[in-house]
Amino acid sequence: MTDIAWIDAALKSARPQAISALLRYFRDLDQAEEAFQEACLRALKNWPLNGPPRDPAAWLILVGRNAALDDVRRRKHSEPLPPEEVISDLDDAEADLADRLDSSRYRDDMLRLLFICCHPDLPATQQIALALRIVSGLSVKEIAHAFLVSESAMEQRITRAKRRIAEAQVPYETPGAIERAERLAAVAAMIYLLFNEGYSASGGTAHIRISLCEEAIRLARLLLRMFTAEPEIMGLTALLLLQYARTPARLDADGDIVLLEDQDRGLWHRDMIAEGLALVEKALRHRRAGPYQVQAAIAGVHASAARPDETDWSEIDQLYAVLETLQPSPVVTLNRAVAVSKLHGPAAALAMIEPLAAQLGGYFHFFGVQGAFLMQLGRTDAARVAFDRAIALAHTPAEAAHIRRHLDRLMKDSQAA
Amino acid sequence: MLYAILCYHDEDELSAWSKEEDDAVLAKRAVVTRRLAAEGRLGPVARLMPTTAAVTVRSGGEQLVIDGPFAETKEQLLGFYIIECATLEDAIATAQEMRRGESGAFEIRPLRLFEPGTAGT
Repeated sequence: MTDIAWIDAALKSARPQAISALLRYFRDLDQAEEAFQEACLRALKNWPLNGPPRDPAAWLILVGRNAALDDVRRRKHSEPLPPEEVISDLDDAEADLADRLDSSRYRDDMLRLLFICCHPDLPATQQIALALRIVSGLSVKEIAHAFLVSESAMEQRITRAKRRIAEAQVPYETPGAIERAERLAAVAAMIYLLFNEGYSASGGTAHIRISLCEEAIRLARLLLRMFTAEPEIMGLTALLLLQYARTPARLDADGDIVLLEDQDRGLWHRDMIAEGLALVEKALRHRRAGPYQVQAAIAGVHASAARPDETDWSEIDQLYAVLETLQPSPVVTLNRAVAVSKLHGPAAALAMIEPLAAQLGGYFHFFGVQGAFLMQLGRTDAARVAFDRAIALAHTPAEAAHIRRHLDRLMKDSQAA
Repeated sequence: MLYAILCYHDEDELSAWSKEEDDAVLAKRAVVTRRLAAEGRLGPVARLMPTTAAVTVRSGGEQLVIDGPFAETKEQLLGFYIIECATLEDAIATAQEMRRGESGAFEIRPLRLFEPGTAGT
């Protein structure tokens, strides 16, 4: 890697820790961001000359803080501090600061920063936008692209989010155990939301979608490195890895959706699957099941099958049963019905989803799944009605095209008959 | 003498690399390992999963299993090469060539015992 590429990676990786420490210091998001930007500019100037600091995050925090103080002093027309180039050696100060950073404080700093971005007062779209801007350091332009809105609209969205955060007054004291757990859960949910935004392909270019998924995985790993013994964070990280591993096989050359059972499993990322499975196994040792772990375990069963007909559907059925008790929802039952159809046939599965019709009447997948069961039972007219409703509810052209292929097949079958 | 070259790096930084950057690092190192392999001097090579996948067994009253890596340091052991070198100088030169342009650290350790093993064959 070149100097610049290395510095770029170092700045990106130091960003969450540096900004979170600067935030504790300034108690103001804009000021923390400005101080970090200033420190980055100085790093770009200094690091190629003096070599990399031992602890880039500590260097950036110290320099960012001094730069901001310097700025305040300048505004007050008082004696200026010596310029950066004259400070020959930051080493002592750096070592001292690094010592203090190593304490558990930095964990709470980082958690606070992440939590601020997903504060319950913020709507989901603002949460993701703010996290991408503040924690990941994506530009407003990049985020606007990902959400298919104009740059000025995104700028406004982020400004509004920051104002609400300031009004919400998140406390800066070290959080208690319960509060820490609540923050952790909120942050995990935000990371999952971010991942789904990238994974659901509801718009934007493929390139940006992929980077959202990768960013979510990076944040999940970061969170897990801070909270090494939390099985749900292991589960979350595993879930993202196992789902993301299928990306290369999810769409065909025309951009149409390829169902799990039709995917070319040779295209799946094997190393991500291996890591995901390792994390699931590690999480389950704790015997504290949670929704992320169970969903990861389900994804793991799919990922472990070399061919679709080798899928352990009874294991999947049991895991969905656990998920139904942990997190009851008609969508979970709908998913379980697919496993039931494999185990006990479409009639049993159809009976299982019938009571869900009222709750899922506006849900694309409900009619897609219902149509598929009806088709398997040979009830073509009813299947056609279900598929028509699914198309009407489709969010993306790929979803609609997928259902249309089912309809074409029905048409062909009825002509052949 | 057989030497282990142990690759240490900051995982936060590694996870900020793009796929292309990661591939470029591996391609650069492969230039060296291909040559060593041709000369019959390359032993096993391993890249470890992130430390988030690690558990550590420690002695307590009973054997404790703890989540995470053994050492809570900024730089973690992420992989290793076993190579045959005539001298330490030779091993250092090889490590320097592999590491060129990277920001992590490579530790060189002479091997005391070597069993190639049968796993994965």
